[in-house]
Amino acid sequence: MNWPWVLDHLGYFGDLLLEHLSMAVPPVLYGLLIALPLGVACARWPRLYGVVLAATSALYALPSLALFIFMLDFTGLTITTVIAPLTVYTLSVLVRNVVDGLRGVPESVRQSAVAMGFGAVRRLLQIELPIALPVVIAGLRVATVSNISLVSVGALIGFGGLGKLFTDGLQRAFLTPILVGIVLTVVLALVADTLLVLTQRLLTPWSRR
Amino acid sequence: MRIFSVAWHWFGQPEQWTGSDGIPNRLLEHLYYTSLSLLIAAAVAIPLGLLIGHTNRGGFLVVNLSNAARALPTAGVLVLVVTLSGIGLLPVIVALVVLAIPSILVNTYAGVRQVPRETVDAARGMGMRGGQVLWQVETPLAMPLIMTGLRTAAIQIVSTATVAAYVGLGGLGRYIFDGLARRDYPALVGGAVIVVGLALGTEGAFVAVRSLIAKRTQGE
Repeated sequence: MNWPWVLDHLGYFGDLLLEHLSMAVPPVLYGLLIALPLGVACARWPRLYGVVLAATSALYALPSLALFIFMLDFTGLTITTVIAPLTVYTLSVLVRNVVDGLRGVPESVRQSAVAMGFGAVRRLLQIELPIALPVVIAGLRVATVSNISLVSVGALIGFGGLGKLFTDGLQRAFLTPILVGIVLTVVLALVADTLLVLTQRLLTPWSRR
Repeated sequence: MRIFSVAWHWFGQPEQWTGSDGIPNRLLEHLYYTSLSLLIAAAVAIPLGLLIGHTNRGGFLVVNLSNAARALPTAGVLVLVVTLSGIGLLPVIVALVVLAIPSILVNTYAGVRQVPRETVDAARGMGMRGGQVLWQVETPLAMPLIMTGLRTAAIQIVSTATVAAYVGLGGLGRYIFDGLARRDYPALVGGAVIVVGLALGTEGAFVAVRSLIAKRTQGE
């Protein structure tokens, strides 16, 4: 470990960290925006869910490196090349969790809401989605952590936030940037994961013991 | 769709099908890295998961460590081992095994833990010892989840084994990294298409095995 080098490059690490986040976070948001309505529709129409499930598990199996390359044709070397495939992965994980979460709402709760005069939309927004939230957030955690680690793969084709430290370290046979890259990626993932757990606690105060 | 006509043309050329840079050889190399890594990962993670699930000790620790390990960037682990031990098969296998262990371990553990308490008690009541309960009751009941773990791991490894070529080895990643270096667009897309096919084939193979097992157990 070359500490003086680390201290000299703190600003550079900060830039890479921001670049990494700019590629890892938007896919989670886009994925959620698509997965929520899609999941709600799938929970309502099981036949649609069959099709969506088959499609998303096939999409999830696609290698990220291959997807990055297919994207190059459409987007060139921009961060969209990384963001679009990661959105697909996030979506594939989340749809399943949204449906599982909604299906986990007890029938008695649903009936009570109907009896209290809740319409379909209000019931969804105020009763069903909040109850499904822990399962949805569990999916968000998986997607976020894997996105953060997948962004580094982008470095192999020329961009990828903290992944640059890996390609740089390999070319110079220099261990320090590689270690810094690994540690920062893992720490970033753990921080993001902790933030999601805290968000869940904040949003579902009733589940606190 | 320009990329597909480009790839189609690339596949049609005879030199793609012979020699050390031919598709058959690259595919075999890829499958070699993949199966070796999956075997090692399974040999480590399945017994460990069964043991932790059976004794119910250290489960919390293992699940949390595995989740943290999922955050490990494979490219980082790869270049780290290359820098430490030099170019060769070892770094590639280490990186892929590290990638595969968490999904197998967590699923095996969860598989054993979801066996109903009453079932285990009944087995003990019939006079089974710990080892017998594990082998004859818990392991078979955990099988669906163990298979899920293996499937996830296999797909991850097949998709990621392309990085072997980044550190000078073979496999399907050769087309991708050589294609990038030489600006050989058809090879780049062709390689990516084969990797996608292989990943989908792996998924399909696991689905087929699962339905085969389901059919046999129903027939009994």
